[in-house]
Amino acid sequence: MAAYEIVAREDYSDVTFMLEVRHPMMARAAKPGQFVIVIPHEHGERIPLTLADFDAAKGTITLVIQAVGKTTKEMQQQCLVGTSLFGLVGPMGIPTKFGEVKKVACVGGGLGVAPIFPHLRAFKERGAYVIGIVGFRNESLMFWEDKFRAHCDEYIVCTDDGSVGMKGLVTKGIELAMKEHPDLDEVVAIGPPIMMRGCAETTRPHGIKTMVSLNPLMVDGTGMCGGCRVKVGPTVKFACVDGPDFDGHAVDFDDLITRLGRFKEDEALALKRWNESCMATGNVAHFGPLREAMMQLPDPFDQTCGG
Amino acid sequence: MAKKTIRTIPQERTPMGEQPPLVRARNFEEVSFGYTEEQALREAERCLFCPDQPCMEGCPVGIEIPSFIEQITKSNFRGAYDVITKTNLMPAICGRVCPQEKQCEGVCTVGKGLEPVAIGRLERWVGDRAIAEGWSNVPYIQSTRLRVGIVGSGPAGIACAADLAKAGCDVTVFEALHLPGGVLRYGIPDFRLPNEVIDAEVANLRRLGVKFECNTLVGRLFTIEQMVGEMGFDAVFIGTGAGYPTMLGIPGDALNGVLSANELLTRCNLMGGRRFPQFDTPVPHGKRVAVVGAGNTAMDAMRVSLRLGAEKVYCIYRRSRTECPARAEEIHHAEEEGVEFHWLTNPVALLDNGKGAVRGMTCVRMELGEPDDSGRRRPVVVKGSEFDFEADLVVFAIGTNANPIMGQTSGLALNKWGYIATDETLATSIAGVYAGGDIVTGAATVIEAMGAGRTAAASIKAYLGLRDQGRPYAPEGSSSLFGIDTRERNFVRVRTGEAVTP
Repeated sequence: MAAYEIVAREDYSDVTFMLEVRHPMMARAAKPGQFVIVIPHEHGERIPLTLADFDAAKGTITLVIQAVGKTTKEMQQQCLVGTSLFGLVGPMGIPTKFGEVKKVACVGGGLGVAPIFPHLRAFKERGAYVIGIVGFRNESLMFWEDKFRAHCDEYIVCTDDGSVGMKGLVTKGIELAMKEHPDLDEVVAIGPPIMMRGCAETTRPHGIKTMVSLNPLMVDGTGMCGGCRVKVGPTVKFACVDGPDFDGHAVDFDDLITRLGRFKEDEALALKRWNESCMATGNVAHFGPLREAMMQLPDPFDQTCGG
Repeated sequence: MAKKTIRTIPQERTPMGEQPPLVRARNFEEVSFGYTEEQALREAERCLFCPDQPCMEGCPVGIEIPSFIEQITKSNFRGAYDVITKTNLMPAICGRVCPQEKQCEGVCTVGKGLEPVAIGRLERWVGDRAIAEGWSNVPYIQSTRLRVGIVGSGPAGIACAADLAKAGCDVTVFEALHLPGGVLRYGIPDFRLPNEVIDAEVANLRRLGVKFECNTLVGRLFTIEQMVGEMGFDAVFIGTGAGYPTMLGIPGDALNGVLSANELLTRCNLMGGRRFPQFDTPVPHGKRVAVVGAGNTAMDAMRVSLRLGAEKVYCIYRRSRTECPARAEEIHHAEEEGVEFHWLTNPVALLDNGKGAVRGMTCVRMELGEPDDSGRRRPVVVKGSEFDFEADLVVFAIGTNANPIMGQTSGLALNKWGYIATDETLATSIAGVYAGGDIVTGAATVIEAMGAGRTAAASIKAYLGLRDQGRPYAPEGSSSLFGIDTRERNFVRVRTGEAVTP
């Protein structure tokens, strides 16, 4: 079952890109809330990515990736249509449970915008009233507006600079939704840990159930290494096999954020080395904007946040 | 030839060449060189070929030990390999990783007066010789068109796969990681079991017709029920291993710099993290590494830490050396390489350095009380014995719990600890589905898992109506219809594939 061919690719911005990978069996098995582990090449690391979509008829799964660290930048450069991934495992994790929800807000921030989509669609298919709330830094980073609009009853965009939609964070969007819909049953939030913590804190005073999808550092993704353990209430859980969905009001986000920084120095080193090798070989020809982005070395910590 | 007695055989056990401790503690090359032909011949002379053959009883897979040693003494090395591979397809692996002192060598007759025959080293030597010479035993196999799916390519899975392939089944092994081998690959480090040895043994299985499907997480990609249903497998064996590492559950065990031995070993071995940044997976480096636990995994974690450049490596174990479950040779090697052992010591809290990382731990001294359920003396805390211990990396190697994926995704009956419930034939609650190894028993050894894989293979053969040479073929009266065993599905009559190679 080797050779996971990339059949389509779209670049949404300088940093965000979408890959459609052929894996008919996974496309049939995947359910909202699950994730995959990708190994880009033989020497690569195993990175967990939440499924952004899957199409059983086409036999493909969709991943939306933000190029912020060494591995993801390398993928941005090298994962072109027609090439293959070295490894692709999944679907992993417990699928999201869709109970009797009548009115739900699906919140995606940054990297979490794509993975929230399968939730949103699933809620809609089950007859719920769905409010989609997405957050971007600015208009140029925005994507999938049509896809979201087609599947939600209300669509709220929040941008940091107000270049489109509301100015502010997604939490402002949640506040708006809660004000207009006092009967909101549930909030589902996916994004960087700080954003998910913000969402959980926004809904906590109102007692609205808030589910978050955690994406800590992982190695095997099958429960074998314990690297992805997270504190949820009084217990320690492994996000890969006990999650990735947890009650946002019980998750210890401080612990999650600290643990995400475990290999910060190593990640920075890897990125620096990679950037240098790119500069040396001029190997970034087909991505003009990337060269600029690389100059302002982003914090590798971001790589591990959310998505 | 005059009959050998304990007085006439070479008295000293033949030592095996090794890298000097302080050299090897800084590289990932294999520690032991293995016997030379001369050494193997000398050591083989030490076997008395005693009539009661306790060693075979001591071996979980029942290798005909005196017989293969006899072949070595006759310099018929290929013959020795053929004898071993009748019951164990992987001598190069078992010779390296079995706890022989608790199995064959522990009951060896020579061992009553002298040091026992070095059965493990001889087995390893035969296995290495086979790899070097390119020997492999591909028996005459008559295909039966029966399809068996095996979940997990660790020791249990590959032992089961080998037996079933030899019986003519079409065997597919599914592995969730990207390389086959399971714990042999991700857990046991290169210096103890080189990857080339695993590759050679896996290649042997491929020659038997076994197919390997990596990157396949059974349970999530497809379920056990789907395997025996729409996917058309006639039988399934589950050997997924125990997998879910235990943390101590003491304050601070979520701190950075605290991790499971499985994580450290997987990053280092499977993902090539020791060659970071050439390989993309980072490994945690510590200057002062404390490993909690004293099993084989703990020894591996300690010795890997040394090789990753730790200045000090400590073993923290709450019982004493006598109760320590690791293989004798591993403790010996770890000691030689400079690991400091702290017996009867137990951590009670991990200390924060103020930045979310570990700076040390508080330990208590223990003393041994009455024996517990495991027959080992239970450690009891010595009151007022708390003391602090400096460490910037803490590795837990204190065992594993049941991996929950199978339970989450199938209707398999589990026992109260979450392991898969089986009867003595290793049959699970689903017809045609068998399970064995750590996912049934909890954490154990490689050879015990291989033994379970072989037991399950025998049961699967019986279930599929294939003859098993290991046991007489006696269909139960009640399951026989018109004299034809109803378990012989599709009424396919099969000749056993365990043919003899010329």
